[in-house]
Amino acid sequence: MNNEQKIGGPRLLLIEDIPGDIRLMKEAVRERGLDIEMHVASDGEQAMSFLRQQPPFEHVLLPDIILLDLNMPGKDGREVLAEIKGDDNLKTIPVIVLTVSCSENDIELCYKLQANSFISKPVRLENFIAIVDSLHNFWFTTVSLPRSGKRG
Amino acid sequence: MNALKGMRPVEILLVEDNPGDVRLTREALRENKLKVNLTVAEDGEEAMGLLLKQGDYVDAPDPDIILLDLNLPKKNGREVLEDIKGNPKLKSIPVVVLTTSKAEEDILRAYASHANCYIAKPIDMGQFIKVVKVLEDFWFSIVKLPRDGSFE
Repeated sequence: MNNEQKIGGPRLLLIEDIPGDIRLMKEAVRERGLDIEMHVASDGEQAMSFLRQQPPFEHVLLPDIILLDLNMPGKDGREVLAEIKGDDNLKTIPVIVLTVSCSENDIELCYKLQANSFISKPVRLENFIAIVDSLHNFWFTTVSLPRSGKRG
Repeated sequence: MNALKGMRPVEILLVEDNPGDVRLTREALRENKLKVNLTVAEDGEEAMGLLLKQGDYVDAPDPDIILLDLNLPKKNGREVLEDIKGNPKLKSIPVVVLTTSKAEEDILRAYASHANCYIAKPIDMGQFIKVVKVLEDFWFSIVKLPRDGSFE
């Protein structure tokens, strides 16, 4: 389908402050042997510096996709989402909200802020694996991502 | 995880002028256990009429998700997407662009207009059915949709 995306593996930016959840996501990707280049930003400020390629991130490449937690200290996920989708340079990057919040209000708000999709974050490794499988099957093998032609 | 347990069917609006593609989508959706109610709009004006419940469409169902072709008669899919995502009442509905175009320009423009994702429609029938299955697996079992509470 999108063979060009398989070359070099897609770049994913995980914006997540909880070390246990970062570890689970990494384990799920490793468990499935997926070729995904994962970067982690542990709070909203760091995420925005990364995405705007400000020091110390001057040399990073922009991610193909962003996984965003909502509840973080400092600049929270809702603010990060609004900033990304309001920035002409960043708004085409798909943002998938991954959060323990299941409130109708958060779901509605995130879609209004133009989140590309909203997933509730599981607690167990096997459920993380199911989500990583579905993310991979959908976003990295079925969907056409922006800039996919410029990979490599 | 969510809609699968639901009491009401998932409401899908398919905006597609090609009868062969409508039939294929309907067949692919039928293979799933999920209860789905598919409404079809054959051009962009009909799609907007249904979404805004104008004229004959006062009783049109509110879609949980929209599958949108880009090349449509009357009003094309790019305009329909901009109208949906520019309307505060409609913008939270996920829009999956499903089109034969693989042009980088179309992909970028769709994401810039806040399409939730972009899928290049495969011509091969088996591949097309596979794409619809992956799409269902992601959007209807992993993702939380707006109005998700009404499924339970």
